[in-house]
Parts: sequence; C-alpha cells; structure tokens
Amino acid sequence: MKNHVLRPLFVAVGVVVLILLAREVLVPADFGVQERGYMYGWHRKGNEADWKNVRAKYRTTAYCKECHQDKYADITGSPHETIMCENCHGPGLAHPNDPQSLHIDRRRELCIRCHFRLPYQASGRGRIRGVDPATHHPEAECVLCHYPHNPRWTPGKEARR
Amino acid sequence: MISRRSFCKKSILILGGIAVPLAALELFDPKKLAADRSGPSTVRWVFLVDTHKCVGCGFCVKACKIENEIPYDANVSRTWVERYVVTRDGKVHIDSPKAARDGFTSTSIDQGALGMLKIENSDIDKAFFVPKLCNQCDNPPCVQVCPVGATYQTSDGVVLVDRSWCIGCGYCVMACPYGVRFFHPVYHAAEKCNFCYHRISKGMKPVCVEACPFGARRIGNIRDPNDPVTRIIMTERVNVLKEEYGTKPQVFYVGLTREVK
Repeated sequence: MKNHVLRPLFVAVGVVVLILLAREVLVPADFGVQERGYMYGWHRKGNEADWKNVRAKYRTTAYCKECHQDKYADITGSPHETIMCENCHGPGLAHPNDPQSLHIDRRRELCIRCHFRLPYQASGRGRIRGVDPATHHPEAECVLCHYPHNPRWTPGKEARR
Repeated sequence: MISRRSFCKKSILILGGIAVPLAALELFDPKKLAADRSGPSTVRWVFLVDTHKCVGCGFCVKACKIENEIPYDANVSRTWVERYVVTRDGKVHIDSPKAARDGFTSTSIDQGALGMLKIENSDIDKAFFVPKLCNQCDNPPCVQVCPVGATYQTSDGVVLVDRSWCIGCGYCVMACPYGVRFFHPVYHAAEKCNFCYHRISKGMKPVCVEACPFGARRIGNIRDPNDPVTRIIMTERVNVLKEEYGTKPQVFYVGLTREVK
C-alpha cells in the first residue's frame, strides 16, 4: 500500500493515543461509575467527602443552652420555644471564641416575619397574633415592650406560661 | 474454492480480531462495573413539607443562605417559599420576593417588573405558603444531562454537584423541571440544595429543618420503616410536585392543592 494512504492513518492513531494519554493524566483515579450506576453515579468519588467535610455553621439550641441556661429557661414553655436561638442571633459557629460574630437582631423586620398580620386562614399564619407595623408603634423596637424570650411576660408581673 | 475448514478458521480469526480492539477500547474498570450491582444503601433521604404549618416566616431561607454560603443579597437561593393567593375571581397569584428570605411582610403580591399588586383581604378565597427545595429525584434529569459527570447521585439518594468538575454549561439548570438549580455567583458552578449533606451525614438535620419553628419541614430515611417521616409518607395523604415528569421526586408535601405548580 502506498505511503500517502498510511500517513493520515498514523496521524489519526497518534491523536487517539494522545487523547487516551491525556485522559489518563487529567482524570482523577477515583473518577468512575459509583454505587448509583452509570446513569446517576458517574462522578469523582472524592467529591462526596468534600461535601461531607463542609463545616456546619448553625449549632442549634442544644449547643446554646449549655452556657445560656437562663435564656433557655425563659424561652422553654413560651410561645417562642420552637424558634431556635440562631434564627435571631445568627449562626453560632465562631461563638463563643469570637463574640463579635454574633449580633442581636432587634429590628422590627425580624418580628414581623411572623407577626405581620396576614389573614391566611388556610395556613398557620392566620392563627398567629399579628399587627400592622405601619400603625403599631412604628417608632419603637418591638423588644422595648415585648420580651422575645417569653412574649407573655410583662415587666413587673410574673410570667404567664 | 474455499473449504469449510478454512472458512471456519478465517471466521474465528476475523471475529477474534474484531473482539480484541473492542475490549481494548473499553474504558471502564470491571471493578467499577461490579460496584454498579452492589446492594442498596440502608439510607435514602426524603423530605416532608407540611404546607398547613408553614407561615411564610422565611427563617429557613435565611438560615440556608448563611449555612451554605449563598451570597445573601444575590437573587439566588437553594430553597425558597412561595405564597399562593387565590382570589374570588379565580385567579392565582404567586410570589416569592427575595426567595422569602425576609418572610412575607406585605399583603401585596410582588409581580416583579409589573410592580406590586394590591389585594384586599376580602377578595381572598384562600392563601397559603409552599416551601420549595431540591426534590432529590430518584430519576434526576439534571444528572442525566450533565456531559462531564460533575453532578451525580450518592447511594443515599442525594444529588450533589462537584464544583471542581462543573464546566458551567447550564444543561442541568435547564433540565430541572422544578427550577432549583442556579449558578453560584462566587464558585461559578451549578448550585442546588443537597439537604445540607454536610449536616445529615454527621447525624444533624438540614439547617432549614432546624430553623423552622413550626415543623413544616422534616427530613427522614424512607428505608427505615420506623422513621416518623416514613410513617407519615406511607400512611397519610401526601403528594409530590410535577409527578407527570417521571422524575420520582422525593420531597413529599402534605396539603398540596391543584394551584401549586
């Protein structure tokens, strides 16, 4: 067979070999078909560990109550019991090592997430006591009158549970 | 004239010659193919949303954005809460301002570029909230369309994205019928809810579940028959979103109505 026929064939074979070599170098060793099969499980196995190693920022109330027993006692049994501390105080990851990382959100915007009056009887929102923030003491922070850790408590009186 | 003996010899030779290069070009490791047939995992994460309990406070969205480092003011979110307001004229108004990051603090419907739509309370037939998140489908279309294997499903059913492997083609964003995928503005890779995989794999709950004061969001293992979430899914009237797409979504809803898309 003439040389001019074989030459492009050699080039094509060379290209294929180069691609296979590059693939060998570039593709991580743990890349391939994993537990969920070829259609859903074709991936780099090490990435699962990457995701598992992400640090959790929210520590939940169980972590906060270890030091803040007083606040935990206040909120337990109150209508706000189910709200976790970090919803209002921010994630506790860096706390207590870096106290500045936690701030206390006293803005009215925080309270009206639930307490803006929406008469939606088909959802739980309709049963939450709500106000119109435009008319309900618009000048004041809610915490001036309401104790957020037990909203039923009023200064000078024993807390109602 | 070809003899029977030489025909058989040549046939075997040619068939063998064809078979060898095919085997040589096989790029899959047999061990990897064996793993394909291994037994099912003992964990399959599922989610249960009770739309009766959701009040649209948006604490779930706030916590999710902080926990998973989704830029707080960017208009993208792994999870969001939709408000459905059905008025007396039969119209359905749906909004989710800023993915409900700050809750619903207005009676007006946010129509985007069309402005706010004022709805009188007396015009409302029914109104409710529906939290949305990734459905971790058992037949995930986003995974099937990925050309590079950057998104995949783990053995416990969670669909993850390999940020270092994603080429940003956007096929998965287009393929998801639920619109849960978006591009992460910092990592420039496809992003989605993964049930807080870093938390559930350590025995914690997803942060939206922790943040919900009303128990509207719950997570469970459907392979465990004694799991309270599994009990509810098996024994109560639950529904999934867009069942007709055949994606087998694994986020179950209590209290869905036909208005919810």
